[in-house]
Amino acid sequence: MSFLKQPWPWYIAGPLIGLTVPLLLVIGNKALGISSSLRHICAACFPGKIPFFQYDWQKESWNLFFVGGIALGALFCLLFLYNGAPVQLNPDTVAALQALGVQEFDELMPGDIFNWGNITSPTGLLFFIIGGFLVGFGTRYAGGCTSGHSIMGLSTLQWPSLVATVCFMAGGFAMTNLILPPLMKWLLL
Amino acid sequence: MKNGKYLFIGMLFGIILVKSEVISWFRIQEMFRLQSFHMYGVIGSAVATGILGVWLLRKLGIRTLSGEPIIIPKKPFTKGNIYGGLIFGLGWAITGACPGPLFAQVGSGFTVVLVTLLSAIAGTWAYGRWQEKLPH
Repeated sequence: MSFLKQPWPWYIAGPLIGLTVPLLLVIGNKALGISSSLRHICAACFPGKIPFFQYDWQKESWNLFFVGGIALGALFCLLFLYNGAPVQLNPDTVAALQALGVQEFDELMPGDIFNWGNITSPTGLLFFIIGGFLVGFGTRYAGGCTSGHSIMGLSTLQWPSLVATVCFMAGGFAMTNLILPPLMKWLLL
Repeated sequence: MKNGKYLFIGMLFGIILVKSEVISWFRIQEMFRLQSFHMYGVIGSAVATGILGVWLLRKLGIRTLSGEPIIIPKKPFTKGNIYGGLIFGLGWAITGACPGPLFAQVGSGFTVVLVTLLSAIAGTWAYGRWQEKLPH
């Protein structure tokens, strides 16, 4: 049990994530892809007259159960598999983030950014509203996310998924190293 | 219930995401600062296992549990792979999460990420609304 409570190394977690691809195919011919759930939610709740949301989302409802399961699995970890230790980060990362104004390093997420108190602040606007919008817009425009393209698409050797994955990484490098640092200094310091 | 098994696999998937800390905003920062191998190890070994798994399914001619042939949907190339990919990458580095981890962050007790999730749904809706005006 204590082994399970510790953070799992990449060589355990990665193969388990990879096994999800054949598992879902064998169980029900399902293609791993999580960002599609956001489209199904739109189709179910506010489709309007938009053609992109006119389809039988109930046929894809397995996907909504899958993402509901992800949230429940995370809750299970919080209740039963959490050892309370901070993430073991590279000290260089910690120093760099401290210089940008991050103060809390004792949980999975920086508590000084990801809390309800920031909901109406410019910090919340950036980290919740703008960040979330880019994720939802970008994944659908790209036709998939890290799971649909980088895991499922690459596992099935589809080159458009490699193009998408390279672009995910390029966007992430640009944001982390060029755009986010001055914004964080301005917002957090 | 036919969807119960997907709820269960989703739970296992969520546990893996949390225990490997790939849902951590800090880990995403480390990855994009090239200061840790962890995320590259997770994604790389996941892809390697997936390739092997799918290859075996094909090689052995395995069918689904209900006996259907396995169908792997094609991912057609569009310019959206590039533009959308870049846009998602920007968001990934801000939120520290791709869509799966957004659900996991909420479940981990960071309930404010519900706001991020709602905004992501709004982003998806906006794409659907203006899809025809975007280059593909």
